[in-house]
Amino acid sequence: MAEFTLPKNSRLIKGETFNAPEVAVNVRNFEVYRWDPESGENPRVDVYQLDMDSCGPMVLDAILKIKNEVDSSLAFRRSCREGVCGSCAMNINGKNTLACTKAIDSYSGTIKIFPLPHMQVVKDLVPDMTHFYAQYASIKPWLETQTPAPADSERLQSKEDRAKLDGLYDCVLCACCSTSCPSYWWNSERYLGPAVLLQAYRWLVDSRDENTGERLDELEDPFKLYRCHTIMNCTDTCPKGLNPAKAIAETKKMLLQRQQG
Amino acid sequence: MAYQAPLAKVRGLGSAKSGTAHWWMQRVTAFALVPLTFWLLSFLTMGLNAPYQETLVWLAEPVHTVAIVAWLLLACYHGALGLQVVIEDYAGENIKIIAVWAVNLSFLLLALAAVIAVLRIVLAG
Repeated sequence: MAEFTLPKNSRLIKGETFNAPEVAVNVRNFEVYRWDPESGENPRVDVYQLDMDSCGPMVLDAILKIKNEVDSSLAFRRSCREGVCGSCAMNINGKNTLACTKAIDSYSGTIKIFPLPHMQVVKDLVPDMTHFYAQYASIKPWLETQTPAPADSERLQSKEDRAKLDGLYDCVLCACCSTSCPSYWWNSERYLGPAVLLQAYRWLVDSRDENTGERLDELEDPFKLYRCHTIMNCTDTCPKGLNPAKAIAETKKMLLQRQQG
Repeated sequence: MAYQAPLAKVRGLGSAKSGTAHWWMQRVTAFALVPLTFWLLSFLTMGLNAPYQETLVWLAEPVHTVAIVAWLLLACYHGALGLQVVIEDYAGENIKIIAVWAVNLSFLLLALAAVIAVLRIVLAG
């Protein structure tokens, strides 16, 4: 159900300011969302002034600099630092993206860093992804077949059929798109969201999969699929440049084709 | 506190196996309403500017009667489909079904009243 205001214990308060060393000449301000579940306090926004002359180029570099040199209590996820693991998805200056592939120079002025919107927060910039991953598991993201695998070779796929998976297999499940979608904010208990629907479509169009009908059966639901109202925030925000809205539209077309040919 | 695995929560009651017809009819009615709006605008212009008798003669033309009645039926259907989506998006679980059916029945009544009103003035001549 839609909730338009934050509960009392989620309202932001002003936090601490960490000044840059006095010798620094090239200083940028980073406002970072902080919440510690054990403190019992409301979330706050801490301000970190960083010396850009001793900082890497990406937003993740700035966050690591905070963690390493200023405030080691900051919690966030990161792993590959090159946009293939999807761990460092967060909301930077109002838009969901991967901190590791977003250059600090692409923003002017203060940079505001928040966790992915409308997710339960575990600590600071770490959202609880349990429900999102369960939704992914629910679409059975693996090859399903009736025909036994050939005894002496793999299941073959033509180059053309393989090309249909381009723009789908590239998804790193960072959840930037799902957590930017108002439909997902209001109805995430039942709506699968753009990321999971893009993955579902990835298996719908796989020429080797033989359970297309069953997969469509599972998706044909006013809430699982049809909460998508082509708002397009998903496509707009995807840090990998993918188009979940198109994958959802193609899924709707498949369902219609099945009924009305 | 419910001890339920995350996957159990997601799988819930399963798929409703519907939704495509609703989504498709919303688009079909929207498309069909575009040309019909031409008649609606003509009718509204006459209603506001021309004398009653002249408007009545215009409306009694078979093509015009059919177009206006078709507009009324499709607009009510389209409106009900659209409002259902809004309710499903924003309303809480416990009032959802009541709200949806209040809307559906209201639009049915509205359609009936509007069509009968048109027929009455056309047939009464």
